[in-house]
Parts: sequence; C-alpha cells; structure tokens
Amino acid sequence: MKNIMKAIGSLSVLAFVLTACGDGGGAKKTTSTLDTTKSQGFVKCGVSQGVPGFSNADASGNWTGIDVDVCRAVAAAVLGDASKVKYTGLSAKERFTALQAGEIDILSRNTTWTLERDASIGLTFVGVNFYDGQGFMVRKSTGLKSVNDFKNGVKVCTNLGTTTELNMADFFKSKGVKYEPVVFEKADEVVQAYDAGRCDTYTTDKSALAAQSTKMKDPTEHVVLPETISKEPLGPVVRQGDSKWEDVVRWSLNVFIEAEEYGVNSGNIDSMKESKNPAIQRIVGAEGTKNGEALGLDNQWSYRIIKQIGNYGESYKRNLADTNIMPERGPNQLWTKGGILYVPPVR
Amino acid sequence: MSFLKNKVERIDQYLSDHPRIKFVLPQALLFAFLILIVGYFSFNASTNLEARGIDTGFSFLNKKASFDIQFSLIEFDSSMTYGRAYLVGLLNTILVSVIGILFATILGFIFGILRLSSNPLASGLATSYIEFFRNISLLLQIFFWYFTVLRFLPQTENSIVLFDSIYANIKGVYFPKFVWTNLSFLIYGLIFTFVSIYFFNIYARKLRENTGKILPQFLISLGILIILPTLVVFIFGVGVEFSHPKLEIKMGIANYIGGSSIIPEFLALAFALSIYTSTFIAENVRAGILGIDKGQKEAAASIGLTNAQVLRLVVIPQALRIIIPPTTNQYLNLTKNSSLAAAIAYPDIVLVFAGTALMQTGRAIEIVTITMLTYLTLSISISIFMNWYNKKVSLTER
Repeated sequence: MKNIMKAIGSLSVLAFVLTACGDGGGAKKTTSTLDTTKSQGFVKCGVSQGVPGFSNADASGNWTGIDVDVCRAVAAAVLGDASKVKYTGLSAKERFTALQAGEIDILSRNTTWTLERDASIGLTFVGVNFYDGQGFMVRKSTGLKSVNDFKNGVKVCTNLGTTTELNMADFFKSKGVKYEPVVFEKADEVVQAYDAGRCDTYTTDKSALAAQSTKMKDPTEHVVLPETISKEPLGPVVRQGDSKWEDVVRWSLNVFIEAEEYGVNSGNIDSMKESKNPAIQRIVGAEGTKNGEALGLDNQWSYRIIKQIGNYGESYKRNLADTNIMPERGPNQLWTKGGILYVPPVR
Repeated sequence: MSFLKNKVERIDQYLSDHPRIKFVLPQALLFAFLILIVGYFSFNASTNLEARGIDTGFSFLNKKASFDIQFSLIEFDSSMTYGRAYLVGLLNTILVSVIGILFATILGFIFGILRLSSNPLASGLATSYIEFFRNISLLLQIFFWYFTVLRFLPQTENSIVLFDSIYANIKGVYFPKFVWTNLSFLIYGLIFTFVSIYFFNIYARKLRENTGKILPQFLISLGILIILPTLVVFIFGVGVEFSHPKLEIKMGIANYIGGSSIIPEFLALAFALSIYTSTFIAENVRAGILGIDKGQKEAAASIGLTNAQVLRLVVIPQALRIIIPPTTNQYLNLTKNSSLAAAIAYPDIVLVFAGTALMQTGRAIEIVTITMLTYLTLSISISIFMNWYNKKVSLTER
C-alpha cells in the first residue's frame, strides 16, 4: 500500500513541477537583453574565428576589425566603456545557433542579410556595416581574366554553410559549367586547401578574399577576378522579438556612420560640442538633445561611441585601408561621396 | 481520513487478489511517466521555437537544396531536394564504411596471424604496426593522411603515372572508366556460375558423406569460375573498352576530364579508418586463435589432416566464434567514426546534411534527430547481420 501511495504522490508532484516549468519557460520571458546587459556589465558578442580587418584577435587576445567595432560601439553606448565586450569566435556553422540559444547577444560576423535568414530562423538584421559581393580568387600563373573562363571540371574551395555555397551553385548552373565544390568548416582549412593546390579557385566575399590572401604562402601569386557574382550586404544580427535591444544595436551602428557624414570624429568631438548645427548637436549629445532616452540610454551614448571608437571612416581606415586589405572604399563610401552608405537620420 | 484509508486498503486488497494487475501496474505507470517526460520536452521545445519565430517541421525535405555536392554515388545537382541531398550523404557514409570494414578485416586478419608467426621479423613487424596505429587518435591519423601525405602529391600537370593509365595528383586519383558492351550477359553468366559452384559443392559433400569419395572441390570450383564466364564472353560478345582520363589545360587550369576518379578526402578517410580499426581486429584474431586448445590441433593432426586442413577445418571455425562478437563492435565503431569525415571535407551525411543543409534551413532539431536516427539504424543493421552470422558459425549442439 505504501508503495502505491508513494508512487502516486511522487507522480503528482512531478506533474505539478512540470506544468509549472512549462508556464515559466519560454514564451512569457519579457526581460530585454538591454537590461541583462546592463546588469551583467558586458556585451556578449559573436565574431569570426579570424578574418583580418573584420574580426581578428592578436597574440594577446585583443580583437580588432570593423565587425568588432560594432560590438564596441554598443558597449560604449550601453555600459560607457567600449572595452566591456566578451567575444566568442564562431564558425559559419555555429553562428546562428549561438545567437538563438542566447550564448551571444549580437552576431557581428560578416553575415549576409537574406530573406530566408531574416524570416525563418528567429533572427533580425539591424543594418549593413559593409557592402560586399562574392568573387573568385585564382593563381596569377593561370592568366585567367574573367569568371567566364572557368571550364568543366574546375575545383572550387569554399566555406561550409554560407550563402557562398548557394551563389556558386547558381552561378555555375547559369553558365552550364560542371564544377566540384570542396567545402570545409573552418576558413583556415579552405585557405590551406586552395593554397596547396587542391582547388583551382577560392570563392567567398571579396573582402574576405582580400583578408585571407594575407595568410597564404605568397599573397602576390594570387589575383581576385574582377566580376562580382552576388550581393552580400553584411551586418550585425540580433534575436527577433526584442525590439529594445534591436533599436540600441541599430542606432549605435547608424550614429557611427552618420558621424562621418557630419565630419564628427574622435579627435574633434569635444570642439564639435560648440557647433550650431542641430544634427551635429544631436550626435555629440549637446545640452537639450534627448534621443538617448527613447532608446533607454543616457544622452551621452553617441558621444561615447565616437569618442572611444571614432566614426565609421576612422574604423574603416584603421582596419581595412591602413592594413592594405581593402584600400578602396568602393560602395562603402558615404552616399555624399559616391558610395551607397546611407543611414536614417539620428533624430 | 479513515474513509480514505479504507479506500486504499480496498485497492490494496484488490491488487493482491489480482497478481497480474499488480505486476503490470508499476510498469504501466513508469511507461506513462516516460511518455510524459518526452512529451514535456517536445512541447517545451516547440513552444519556445514558436515564441522565437523559428520555423519548424520536416517540410524542408521537399524543398530545393540549391547547393552542390562534390562527390555523389547517385545523380545530384542544386535543383534537387534536401531529401535527395540526405540520400547522397547517407550513401557516401555507407560507401566509406563498407570499404573501411572490408580493408580493416583483411588487414586485421593478416596482421593478427602474422603476430603469431614464429618468424621474429614477421611477428615484430605486426606487433609494431598494431601498437603504433592503435595508440594514436583516429582524428590525428585522418589529418596525417590528408594534410601530410595526400597534400604532398604533385600538382595536376606533374601527376604520378602508374601503368600508363592511372594518374595520382593533389586533386585525386584518376583512372580509366570501364565501358562495357553486353554487360548484362556477363552478369547473368556470373550468377549462373556461382549457382553452379554452389550446387556442385553440395553434390560433392553428399558424395563424400555417402561413399567416402573425396573430389578436389576447390580445383573444380576454380575451373568452373574460369571456364563458364570465359565461354559467356566469347559466345555473347561481351566487350570492354577503357575511357581514359585526359589532361586538359584550359585557361591555365589543368584538370583530368573523363574516366573515373577518387577524391583525396575519401582516400584519407578510408586509409585512416581501415588501418586504425584493423589493429583492433588483429588483436581479436590473435585472441581467437590463441583461444583454441592445443589439444584440438594435436587431435586433428593425429587423424591425419594436413597443416592447411587443420587450420581450415579445425582452428578457424572455432576461432571465429571468439573473433566475431568483439569484431562486430569494431565494425560499429568504424561506421560511427566515419562521421569524422566532416573534418576533411568528405561529403558524408554529417557534412552534407548536418552541415550544409542544417545551415541553409536552420532546422537544427529536425536535422540532428534524423542524423542520429540514421546512425542508430545503420548500427542496428550491422548488429543484426553480425548476430545472424555469429549464430551461423556458433557451436551447433545436436
């Protein structure tokens, strides 16, 4: 008799606990990432495992790159200190799961904005911090001049789980060329395989081609073909359904770009506080501007971003131009200077 | 309270009167409890996925895959479905496992027997082979073959040429493709040949058991195997031509076109899996042979059997009973270890399905579940087959 009572008792307790959990978990969670970030004191940022110029760690573990600067901007805006970022290096395959699971709060890892990713995996793209396109790299010794010269049997090295894999399938199909894809999970393995001669060409975003060529035995032996076979707008990603956090990340990126447009940089921002231009006053957080409140931040958020990190132009110069990875800004020039970099007004 | 106590006592009484129900009830409760747990976790997962706006379901299997696969046993291109891509990955996994098992078994038997040899050179060689490859992690061995050995093959233009028709270079091994005429006749002929050999052996055995007359079974079988197919080839005009791979250099890019080829990723994986697993099988073989009592061999010799007959008729049939069960484990290990393919870009089920397809669809739970069930099914099939074979060779008590 005792046994039965015990069994029934424990079962009902268990059922109760389970239903209680079922109610508590998931759907009704309302705390914003903004609040948790403030209380934990650092921004959890997912970056690549090493793409020079975008996100790359030096020997002592300091991360630099224009993707890294997005996370630093958010840290400066929310926590007041651009260095309060915890970085997680992710492969292309791991990145979305890490964000979905809450292991990171911003994914800033040269990730292409596509419909499928935006709509079906529970994530939201907040903007574009680099306009890129897929290209092909070949050995100079081949004398190849155009992607139209690829012939049947060409071996192509690339990364697993990227839009690159899909674009090249479309591209070679439209050209009627039979090719062999060799796909690796880690970017370094792709570079190594191409460099050793396992593949005839290496394809990925053009910026990454330029960045990765620095890792090859002799970077001068290789050339990127002129054609661009796809649009790759790269930008930071957050989880869907947390609009407060989404807004903070989006406007941290926007003010970062707009500061360049109005000529505000880390050197002149203190003197810019005297400016009579209302747009500049809003960027530097002068007396009477209140755009921080709407975001759940104080009014010096944008000042700190520019003061600590600089504007987009400074970041580009530091990470991509001075390092000779992408000296030309191309489409990533401001719209006022012939590029397509255009952000909504910070007001 | 006393009312409740009364009720419980009556239930207890009822159960003691019905021992069958008393026996089943706790198990039924446990089963219901397990169902509840599984149900809870699935419910929790599905509500949370929905709350986060992540699409779920298996409908993606019918969607266009839009990516290509380097190497496939069946026809595949980017316009086919994710379901088809799954099949391609599965077949590639099975291919490397079957080849791995075949060579691991052959190498395992050779080195297992060699290790018992009285020749110190042979046994020393076998011992070092086994101890060396058994004690290095498999992933490292795969990297060794792939990044160290196969990456140092020459570039396409300077391929190593064997027999004027096989070309080995960093992109793979290229060899002539067989182009058959009237191949179906040869296949029918071979089937007929094997059936004849089977019936001949039954006849020879009956003859031996009834009259004691011993026919040279092996020689006659070999004769049938050579003569019948040759006759078929001549009578029906079965022919074979070789389609040689040709080196084409177009726009500075050199590749072999035509013929057949094996990609280096497959070679590295097959080498590493066969060699690593063969060391364990060799030890099983050694244990099996050592496990046979010396008296068995002496008794066999005393009734006049030759050395070869002792090995074939007395030692091996008994040793197999010891060898097969642990070797089944090794076959299972090899199949599961083949998932390390993902580390070197061999398009097995993990790379193609749990890699690319998972990334492109974002259906992590569904795809990982399918992949796990696939490995489970593969392993269980191997177990069932090996258990059947084990039963067949086990001691039949009359």
